[in-house]
Amino acid sequence: MNDRKPMGQQKPMEPAATNRSKKGGGNAKPAKLSRDVQARLGQQLRAMYDDVVSQGVPDRFNDLLNRINGGKKDGQ
Amino acid sequence: MPMDESVRKAVLGAVPSLRAFAISLCGNVDRADDLVQETLLRALANIDSFQPGTNMSAWLFTILRNHFRSEYRKRRREVEDGEGHYAETLKSQPDQIGQVEFREFREALAQLPSDQREALVLVGASGFSYEEAAHICDCAVGTIKSRVNRARTRLAELMGIESAEEFGPDQTTRAVLASGE
Repeated sequence: MNDRKPMGQQKPMEPAATNRSKKGGGNAKPAKLSRDVQARLGQQLRAMYDDVVSQGVPDRFNDLLNRINGGKKDGQ
Repeated sequence: MPMDESVRKAVLGAVPSLRAFAISLCGNVDRADDLVQETLLRALANIDSFQPGTNMSAWLFTILRNHFRSEYRKRRREVEDGEGHYAETLKSQPDQIGQVEFREFREALAQLPSDQREALVLVGASGFSYEEAAHICDCAVGTIKSRVNRARTRLAELMGIESAEEFGPDQTTRAVLASGE
C-alpha cells in the first residue's frame, strides 16, 4: 500500500538537499573553508604522511649508502 | 672516497620523509622507493653542490621533486594500482580517523593536480615553511600559498565536505577539535 518503489536507477529525491542548499556545489566559488575543516584535512594529511615516516629507513637505503660508502669511486 | 659521516647521517635522516613525499607524488610505494633511491644517487653524485649549513632535507626534496617531474610524471598512472598497494604500506590506521574517511581522503588527494598536491604535502605534512616550499618547487611564495589553498578547497569538494559535521559520525574527534586548541 505504501507507494514507495524501490529505487532502482531512478534518481532519489533527496529531501535532505533542501536544508543544505549549498551542498553538492559544482560551482567553483573559492569558498573559504572553515577552520575545523582545514584542521581535519590537515590531520588526515599528516596521519598519512607520518605513517610512512614512522616506517623509518628501509634496509634498501641503508645498504645503498653503505655500498656507496664502501669505496666506490664517484661518477657511477 | 667515503662520504662524510655527517652527510651520511643527514641523508639517511631525510629518507623517511623523502619516502612519504615520494609516495604522495607517485601514489605507488615501489615506484616511490625507486624515486628515492635515484634521488639519493643523484644527490651523492652532486654532493659538492650542497652547501654545508643549509637545509639538507630541503636540498634532497628539491632533487627528488625535479627528478620526479622530469622522469616520472609522464609515466604517471601507467602502472596505477593506487589504493590496494598503498593501503598495504599503511601499518596502522590512525585511530582517530575512520577508515572510510581516510580512504576517501587518500583518493581525493590522488586526484589533485600535482602542483597542488606537492604544495599541500610540503607545507601541511613535511613541515616546510611557505618559503622553503617555494624554493623546492622553484616558484613564488604567493604561488605556493594559492596552490595550498586551492588544494584544500578541492579536497573538501572532492570529499563533499563543507563543514566538519560532514566528516561522518566521528563525534569524538569533532568534539576534541571544537573544544581544543
